[in-house]
Amino acid sequence: MTPPVRRRLWTVLPLFAAGALAAVLLAPTVGSTPISLARAFDRSLPWAENVDAQIFFVARLPRVLAAALVGAALAASGVVLQALLRNPLATPFTLGVSSGAALGAMLVIAAGLDMGALGVSSVPLASFAGSIVATAIVYWLARSQRRGLSTNVLLLAGVTLNSFFSALILFVQYLADFTQAFRTVRWLMGDLDVGGYGAIVAALPLVVLSFAAFAVLARSLNVLSLGADAAAARGVDVVRAERLAFLSASLATGAAVSLAGPIGFIGIIVPHLVRLLVGADHRVVLPASACFGAAFLIGCDLISRTALAPLELPVGIVTAMIGGPFFLWQLVRHS
Amino acid sequence: MQASALLQAVSLTFAYDATRPVLAGVSLEVSRGAIVGILGPNGSGKTTLLGALGGTRRPTGGTVTLDGRPLAAFSRRGLASRIAVVPQETHLAFEYTVLEMVLMGRHPHLGLFEVEGPADVATARDALAAVNAAHLEERDFMTLSGGEKQRVVIAAALAQATDVLLLDEPTSSLDLGAQLDIAQLLGRLNAERGVTIVVSTHDLALASGICRELVLLRHGRVVAAGPTAAVLSSDNVRALYDVDADVHLHAGTGHLVVVPLHRRTP
Repeated sequence: MTPPVRRRLWTVLPLFAAGALAAVLLAPTVGSTPISLARAFDRSLPWAENVDAQIFFVARLPRVLAAALVGAALAASGVVLQALLRNPLATPFTLGVSSGAALGAMLVIAAGLDMGALGVSSVPLASFAGSIVATAIVYWLARSQRRGLSTNVLLLAGVTLNSFFSALILFVQYLADFTQAFRTVRWLMGDLDVGGYGAIVAALPLVVLSFAAFAVLARSLNVLSLGADAAAARGVDVVRAERLAFLSASLATGAAVSLAGPIGFIGIIVPHLVRLLVGADHRVVLPASACFGAAFLIGCDLISRTALAPLELPVGIVTAMIGGPFFLWQLVRHS
Repeated sequence: MQASALLQAVSLTFAYDATRPVLAGVSLEVSRGAIVGILGPNGSGKTTLLGALGGTRRPTGGTVTLDGRPLAAFSRRGLASRIAVVPQETHLAFEYTVLEMVLMGRHPHLGLFEVEGPADVATARDALAAVNAAHLEERDFMTLSGGEKQRVVIAAALAQATDVLLLDEPTSSLDLGAQLDIAQLLGRLNAERGVTIVVSTHDLALASGICRELVLLRHGRVVAAGPTAAVLSSDNVRALYDVDADVHLHAGTGHLVVVPLHRRTP
């Protein structure tokens, strides 16, 4: 008589992890220009002449790694926000958390402060600050209604926050000079062309930290999703758990947005499909969503790199094409 | 009686704003193995009182003690392994199965990264069997009927393996058959498992049928308290609900029956 969750942890998670790993390994070999892996890894060729290696290591691998990190972070923070607000339609993008993060990052980029102290970029921290402001507003709204946020309030709050932050972003762009404005426009579309490993390394510690918090929270999120009183009656320190959830989801979203801009809908598509496959237990849903989110965004990025080759679409356009209709379908189902 | 009180409240007050207290000096004692009913009209403070007894609402004044120890001295988890709560209604945002729902009752007994083991699953299945819901184990909780849901939530509270079970109007949204099921279930859990039960209710049949003691609450104050046979009288029903009622003993069951006659204008 094996307990259900233990069985699922051992059977399901290795599959999801293997899927994500396969995506990371295969995606850099695919693209608009065919490359030879043998040549790319041939150390005897000088770097400057080895076009295959340059494509693999400079153009594609950082992009795939960024997609994995961003997809995992956005999907997992979607799961956490959904449990925290007790509503499966909550996501970093629809709640305005992503645009809060984008505003923070924009302010730093437009002010020309993006290479901060000691060579560590200040963009991730600025977008974390932006996302925490947005999450704090949503959390405050949720706390003022004891029974959890209704879908109506949730969506209206998201629309309001999104347009508010968008207006501020436009204002910053308006004040910025032309080249900076051009840089930010593409970034705001959601773009994984990170151009190197530096930005990934800068965002990585924040993602690792938030995932550690998610791991601590996983079982409490099950109980929290029953409501604050029910969680307290089962021994959860509700205020502490909610604060940790809110901080860590902001941290993961901030890191993801700092890397790739506000890419939408990952936080709803991925957790929803994962729940259909593995059930609702957050101890399985969280890690499975992180793996699936990584693979999913790598897949979307592959489409954006190859669909209109040699033109490269910002990946945010691809996720929005899939996510917009998906979100509407979920909205009809849940209300 | 003082020594045998398992759960005791002394001069509890609670107020969201100072001008309108929800509880205004409530004292009560629950001895081990008792079934205590809390009766009162809407807004009389029943839910708040249960929250204070369970430690999820911190009273503005007064103390609640469990085995003589103030609730504030317990850790959240420590308290949750002694007192379980069944809320009026349970809505889920996600599609948990019945077994997952009941296993959540094991939360206070597990360490930070601990996963429920076979013993926890056995406890959960035993709790489901106790509420006659073993056959529902694999079902999605949200697809159950109101009565089935309430039985499963009670099973989750049983799986929590506590001394005390607090229930907030457990039959309020149920049909007559389901009301009877829950009443019989609570009586049986008390008799067979020795669970101490405090139940708030509008259901006078439930109160007279299973509660051996009653606490009548109005405007946050105790109007009367004591053994059911003594407390459930026409005078007290009038004082509590502004309703003239005929209270008599039902020969077949030996329970008091309350027949409401007409409402008095207060």
